[in-house]
Amino acid sequence: MAQTILHKADTRGHANHGWLNSYHSFSFASYYNPDRMHFGALRVLNDDTVDAGKGFGTHPHDNMEIISIPLEGDLEHKDSMNNVAVIKNGDIQVMSAGTGIYHSEYNKDREHRVKFLQIWVFPNKKNVEPRYDQITLHAEDRHNKLQQILSPNAGGEGVWIHQDAWFHLGKFDKGVNADYQLKQKGNGVYVFVLNGDVKINDQQLHTRDGYGIWDTDSFSITAETDAEFLLMEVPMNLD
Amino acid sequence: MSKIRILTIGRHPEILQTVVRLVNDNPDWACTGVNSDDEAIATFTTQPFDLVLLGGGIEKQSEEKLCNVFKAHNPAIVIVQHYGGGSGLLTAEIYEGLRGNKID
Repeated sequence: MAQTILHKADTRGHANHGWLNSYHSFSFASYYNPDRMHFGALRVLNDDTVDAGKGFGTHPHDNMEIISIPLEGDLEHKDSMNNVAVIKNGDIQVMSAGTGIYHSEYNKDREHRVKFLQIWVFPNKKNVEPRYDQITLHAEDRHNKLQQILSPNAGGEGVWIHQDAWFHLGKFDKGVNADYQLKQKGNGVYVFVLNGDVKINDQQLHTRDGYGIWDTDSFSITAETDAEFLLMEVPMNLD
Repeated sequence: MSKIRILTIGRHPEILQTVVRLVNDNPDWACTGVNSDDEAIATFTTQPFDLVLLGGGIEKQSEEKLCNVFKAHNPAIVIVQHYGGGSGLLTAEIYEGLRGNKID
């Protein structure tokens, strides 16, 4: 029988640094909740808003697969591999930190804020060569269907990471239903509702709710209103 | 109250420096950072520590060797895998380690 965990939006950790307003689905920085450490290989799900003209200065990472999904506005990325890029709403960016990488992320726009999801997944291989990639997703490919945006396969649809993980986005009109078949035994799916109301099997979810489901092969998703959501399938056992 | 003494081992000098600085930002923690296995063993066997953070870039073989030496010298030592570099995970990883939990 499927096991589940519900994280209501208003139970997330919250830190408002003035220039950065961040909601943490799992323990991060000064938010520490032993019951919210991770969902399988999914370690960080931060829902960040960065003020106009502000950003994260240069800082290091290692041994983590870091995925950024802008929801509103543009974010400039610079890193120690000499990548300089702007990620916009509709893009997805991935960084394998591996043996070590430095980067900065700035909202260069002087008037508009940036909203983006920052997602960290434990890698299945440590100390890999750092890498960076970003692609532009086509919004029509997720209208009333599931759009794969990440996988473990370099040749697959979307970006790829060093983990047996698959991410999908959906933008469903009210009443649309789909089944999600898990790709790999032992994996679970963490559903994050970007906006609207969604039902996963019998569980109703609202904007920014999170819901983990595992020990199952599939589940159904129904949009109770027009809704957008992110499905993150990850291994539940990291050993 | 005495501070929690933490030994951090990492191969990337700048990341190590950042991690040590971040750990030391907590007034209840005192962190020493080392790059090499020899330095780690020499430091661990001559100073008392409550927790070891294994940072990025440490090869599997080194990791096993270090854990064996540390456990032989102090069976109660808490060894935590640190992921993510100078990151938002440090505090939770250290608290979890001190509570006896492992998340990787």
